[in-house]
Amino acid sequence: MSKFRWGWVAVALPPVLFIGYFFAYPLTRILTLGLSELSIGSSGLEARLFRVGWFTLWQAIVSTILTILAAAPLTWAVSSYDFRGRRLAMALATVPFVLPTVVVGSAFVALGWTESIGAILAAHVFFNVAVVVRTVSTLWARIDPRIQDAARVLGASEWEVFKRITLPLLRPAMAAAASIVFLFTFTSFGVVLILGGFRYATLEVEIYRQAVTLFDLPLAATLAIVQLLGVSGALYWYSRYQERTAVSWTLERGTNLRRPRGRARLGVLVATVGTLVALAVPLSVLISRSFTGAFYQSLFRDDPVVGTPIDSIWNSLLFAVVAMVVATVIGVLAATVITRRHGTLSRWFDLTLMLPLGTSAVTIGFGFILALDWPVDIRASIWLVPVAHALVAVPFVVRSTVPTLRSVPPETREAAAVLGASPFRVWRAIDLPIVSRAVLVGSAFSFVISLGEFGATSFVARPTSATIPTMIFRLLSRPGETSFGMAMALSVVLALLTAGVVMTIDRARFGELGSF
Amino acid sequence: MLQVSQVDVVIDSKPILESVSLEVANSEIVAVLGPSGSGKSTLLRAIAGLVEVATGDIEWDGRSITDVPPHKRGFGLMFQGYALFPHMTVEENVGFGLKMSGHTDVGREVESALAAVGLEGFGPRQVASLSGGEQQRVALARTLAPEPSLVMLDEPLGALDRNLRQRLVTETRQALEDREVTAIVVTHDRDEAVAMSDRLALMRSGTIVQTGHLDELLADPVDEWVAEFIG
Repeated sequence: MSKFRWGWVAVALPPVLFIGYFFAYPLTRILTLGLSELSIGSSGLEARLFRVGWFTLWQAIVSTILTILAAAPLTWAVSSYDFRGRRLAMALATVPFVLPTVVVGSAFVALGWTESIGAILAAHVFFNVAVVVRTVSTLWARIDPRIQDAARVLGASEWEVFKRITLPLLRPAMAAAASIVFLFTFTSFGVVLILGGFRYATLEVEIYRQAVTLFDLPLAATLAIVQLLGVSGALYWYSRYQERTAVSWTLERGTNLRRPRGRARLGVLVATVGTLVALAVPLSVLISRSFTGAFYQSLFRDDPVVGTPIDSIWNSLLFAVVAMVVATVIGVLAATVITRRHGTLSRWFDLTLMLPLGTSAVTIGFGFILALDWPVDIRASIWLVPVAHALVAVPFVVRSTVPTLRSVPPETREAAAVLGASPFRVWRAIDLPIVSRAVLVGSAFSFVISLGEFGATSFVARPTSATIPTMIFRLLSRPGETSFGMAMALSVVLALLTAGVVMTIDRARFGELGSF
Repeated sequence: MLQVSQVDVVIDSKPILESVSLEVANSEIVAVLGPSGSGKSTLLRAIAGLVEVATGDIEWDGRSITDVPPHKRGFGLMFQGYALFPHMTVEENVGFGLKMSGHTDVGREVESALAAVGLEGFGPRQVASLSGGEQQRVALARTLAPEPSLVMLDEPLGALDRNLRQRLVTETRQALEDREVTAIVVTHDRDEAVAMSDRLALMRSGTIVQTGHLDELLADPVDEWVAEFIG
């Protein structure tokens, strides 16, 4: 093999080893255990699987439908009209989506909604409204208005235009938004664990209970397989649907927003203010409840059971920095391989790196405690927390870096090479300066993901290394007004930290607050 | 008969049409000719009811239609760039207006509309798979199929190459004459306007500066701009 090729192996090896050991190997162990010790027909296993699977499925479907309905008024307003505060309304509607699930759960606990299906559905809608608004409005605002005008002139009333023209044209965006919301709610963990109590459990929550509380690892593995099948099924349906409904037409380059007049003005006002007020209620109650006692001061006090809550902030910040560095290094190396090498191998590399995104965080955490006792037992290491976070974050770094790397014309690199630059010098002098902003955005996303990550962390965090989300969960699980208030206070701190980093990302991206 | 009287249109506080007046007699084809940005398309959109008229009145057969919504006017408008419905087949596009007006035998009428523009057998095809010339004919068939009382064509041949344009000018004119419809054709091309219409209306900066037959305009232009523009 030439020296040139060895160079590429050296670049590809860290991501391959990282994904191989921390993702593919644990997943294989789950599959082996789940399939080999699966004993259908014994001790009511089938009934339990069916009950949990059915609940997971129907709550995800109902959550998706409710989210689309709840998002419809604001989506209509921001897609059709240009009004003062339009961009602010979009940004505010996105706030719930960037909040960690534990904070969303706490906000609904603050409202007094616990152990109810209504609370779970409401929290799912609250969290996901932004996905629908942003995904659908991007397309809606760019539909060529002449197509709708043509229908009007041909005799279609406003309702007919919406039903026969606008809605069918929006179907691909609606399917995309629905798939994302379905996947988020199908794999919902934090919200269901906090709001569902013992009565309601999704597959994620049941995997956690079986593995962590009841130590029934084979059953947890079986549930993880069912979960993987469900997620794969949803992704398969979505890709087939996209193929079937792909309609090509020329979108307008700009948007086609008009000023609202007459009754439309009132409609826009009601839709925008109504949605934002509804979204603001849980957070406002959370913040106000956090100030009903000396809860922020209590965070500094040592507790014999949960430790000193404020320490979780330092833990979270430390883990977030480590996770960010690991995810950035692995992600950038992987993106370099994906963009600079062509052919089947590169495509497979790309696909494999995206897999952690389609796998639930709970499955990743469960895989860690199941598999990482070989070749040496590292399951007790506190550093598994940032590793798990990095694994979840790597696809985001790859996705934010690859498009920018692809935009670098190959001639630029060739020119540098001809002028005497080694491959490393080419990368440092050409690629790095161009992609640095995209890499920074990916890194910041990794930081935010790490701060709020709860699913995998709940498996691997030790009592001495609790992160903010695991500490919030512990405080919420304890009876007493003080613990509850401290959970609220810590949730506010986490929300502020997250909002701060997201706003910084937003500025770096010139106003594009996260695309889906 | 169409009667546009002293119509003003203001969009985003900018006057686009100023005191526009135009008459089109029954079965007459009028070409509105003018440079880009002179307000030709806006005039068609005002007549179709797609933009609000600030002042003035639009009448059809002596009855004011200024406040009638577009879907109740019974007019046809072929859009610049065609605005075909991308998620529908050719026959669904052509049948759309027929369905909206409650026609019963939509299938047969679509077939005959497609035959009239030389597109027999194109019904099941997706519009995205058609060439520019075929899309133009589908748009024309879609506009004419519901038998509108007034047909408006906005730059009907603008997006096509020169050879195809020359052929389609004759075909489009023929299609309009066969139906004896009242029509307005908007274009920025003098030769196209002359070939497709009975009378010309010259437009500049949101107003109609002169109307008449080509000979009249050539013999007695109102100002230097008209003389130059009409050649």
